[in-house]
Amino acid sequence: MTAVLSECPDVRPDPDDPTAHLTTEDIENIGKELDALREEVIASRGERDAAYIRRVIDVQRKLELGSRGVLLFSLFPPAWVLGTAGLSVAKILENMEIGHNVMHGQWDWMRDPKIHSTSWEWDNVSPSDQWKRAHNEMHHNYTNVIGKDGDLGYGLMRVSPDQPWSPFFLGQPLWNFINACFFEFGIAAYDLELRDSLTDGRYKTPEFRERANRVLRKIRRQATKDYVVHPLLSGPSALQTLSANFVANLVRNLWTHSVIMCGHFPYGVDTFEKSSIEGETRGQWYLRQMLGSANISGSPLMHLMTGNLSHQIEHHLFPDLPSNRYAEIAPRVRDLFERYQLNYVTGPLPKQVASAWRKIVLLSLPNDAAERVDRALTLFQRGPSQWVARLAGRIRTA
Amino acid sequence: MAVVATPWRGAFASLRARAARIAEFVTTPVLPSDYLDMISPLRASADLRGRIEEVHPETRDAVTLVIQPGGGWRGHVPGQYVRIGVDVDGVRQWRAYSLTSRADRADGRISITVKAMPDGVVSNYLVRRVRPGTLIQLDQAKGDFTLPAPRPAKALFVTAGSGITPVMGMLRNAVSELDDVVVVHSAPQPRDVIFADELRRLAEQGQIRLVERHTDVEGMLNLAALDGIVADWAERETWACGPTGLLDAAEKQWSDAGVPDRLHIERFRPTVVVTGEGGDVTFSNTGTTVAADGATPLLDTGERAGVLMPSGCRMGICFGCVAPLRTGAVRDLRNGQITTAEPGDDVRIQTCVSAAAGTCDIEL
Repeated sequence: MTAVLSECPDVRPDPDDPTAHLTTEDIENIGKELDALREEVIASRGERDAAYIRRVIDVQRKLELGSRGVLLFSLFPPAWVLGTAGLSVAKILENMEIGHNVMHGQWDWMRDPKIHSTSWEWDNVSPSDQWKRAHNEMHHNYTNVIGKDGDLGYGLMRVSPDQPWSPFFLGQPLWNFINACFFEFGIAAYDLELRDSLTDGRYKTPEFRERANRVLRKIRRQATKDYVVHPLLSGPSALQTLSANFVANLVRNLWTHSVIMCGHFPYGVDTFEKSSIEGETRGQWYLRQMLGSANISGSPLMHLMTGNLSHQIEHHLFPDLPSNRYAEIAPRVRDLFERYQLNYVTGPLPKQVASAWRKIVLLSLPNDAAERVDRALTLFQRGPSQWVARLAGRIRTA
Repeated sequence: MAVVATPWRGAFASLRARAARIAEFVTTPVLPSDYLDMISPLRASADLRGRIEEVHPETRDAVTLVIQPGGGWRGHVPGQYVRIGVDVDGVRQWRAYSLTSRADRADGRISITVKAMPDGVVSNYLVRRVRPGTLIQLDQAKGDFTLPAPRPAKALFVTAGSGITPVMGMLRNAVSELDDVVVVHSAPQPRDVIFADELRRLAEQGQIRLVERHTDVEGMLNLAALDGIVADWAERETWACGPTGLLDAAEKQWSDAGVPDRLHIERFRPTVVVTGEGGDVTFSNTGTTVAADGATPLLDTGERAGVLMPSGCRMGICFGCVAPLRTGAVRDLRNGQITTAEPGDDVRIQTCVSAAAGTCDIEL
């Protein structure tokens, strides 16, 4: 990452190589400290945590049931508004704090077959096993490694100046917006490796067909529920219920897309070359997760609604620890960052979303053009006073 | 009557099945039962559960739990046991306990009696911490440690400690159907005798002959001396329940006397999981058994043996390799933590970070 593209206060002694100041021993010590922190949390996992996830599931189901109940009368605008808001929140909770985290195996230790990574199916068009493979195995393992971690722009976008530019990327602000609106379909296509399979001919294999059929079946089930069964149950409110369900899915898509963009795209987050992870030690793996993730600051409600992906750094260090524990260990993780002079990238949601969008817009251009636009934007942001000063300087030199 | 009723019942069942399928379209991806569980966890169609209604202390380290089983409970034969799944410190643990209640209680409730074992995770929880109102998982009653029909003319029960529990289940239900009963029961001290009052009352009423042995004072029961306690023991249909040492000795004694068929035993811990470094690993669905050391991940062991192992990141992150551990013990290579399982415990492990810590059976 070039210095020009960074807008975060930088504590790194050498921004061009953020780990240059760390010795091999430092990196292994970071690994040991994090391993110890992990063991501490595992040793104290218990009744309180189990009660937490059961309560979230209980609240989510009641909220979904209640909202769908209200939507039976969505012919009346207040019922539409209330039901749509409730259903949107319920769908977000289901995908983020519950589905994502259960499928990570964060709650497997409870040995409850109903809240288990091997049995959970989520309210999303991507079947859980395909999502688990793409997300848990590829993204979490190869976090931010260019060419390995498909989450880096989902193969649609350029999110690091180290990725080569092509004219296709000129459209990436648009691709990103469309992807945000239909994010669950984007995820399903991505988990299916649709684009690669179409280009390399894998789409002809029976294995791909089988997986594609399962995605189609899941899409059909999901669509039947939201756009046929529930509208029909609403009788005279059928159209309103249909629109409410569409809006709830849209809201959930936009929200999850924004949260996930904040996890790895904002300024200050590093990307890695394929060669850099060869023979990676435990400490180096941890370090890559630290440098490749960004948090969102906010209230406990905010953390809940992001599925605690607002603690993306902690989540990437310990993907299988219960999500309710990330907030507890965050201060100690941050302290570790500071002691080793590493950037703990965090900020409020609007700032992080803006930062990620800015990157996506700028990197749609080749690097030199991006830098020029970036300089102009930065100048513009600093306000009119600097414009005047700069103008005055120009006049004087003239 | 039955001829007329069957088509109706069939039509009703198919209607129900169709309604259930439609309901699944309403609730997908979760099931209608997931919602119904929130309201009515004990209904007949739910996974079998129970609610602990009462907790009665029996001795200083034993309690009787009265449980309202769910509608799917199919009843029990006295002497049988039930497996229960309880969440201790957030982790579901399954254990088997003998049923001690009458099989025909009007309120349909059942009871089990639990003695706290030293270091017993579940027994200590049930004896000291569990509160009425707690939901537990249940399995149907099982076991053939039961009285035959017709009842034997002469019966002998040899028990020690909590081994009295299945016998109490039989006595409460059937003592009036037995003409000649001897109970030889061992416990450390008089106050440690579970069901002491009830047993002594049965003895006073002449329904049983009770021989209490207090091992802290009198020492362990030596079965060789049984002749002096129950002269006709070899003629009696005998049920024995207690520690492994007692049961092993009984098996030998009855066998030596040429009457092994008269002895029925119940072992509370059928498999003692021995943990160590490495062990024989069986992949039961594939039918492969291989020796594994204590440092090799089970994932590698299985792959080398040609088992179709699910796998992912191979570093404990992605949970793509999770497989059921049917029996045995494994060690987490990251922190040395031991996980053990017995059939039905529903334990799943990450094979990429687990090594054999004894004989184990993986369902792959």
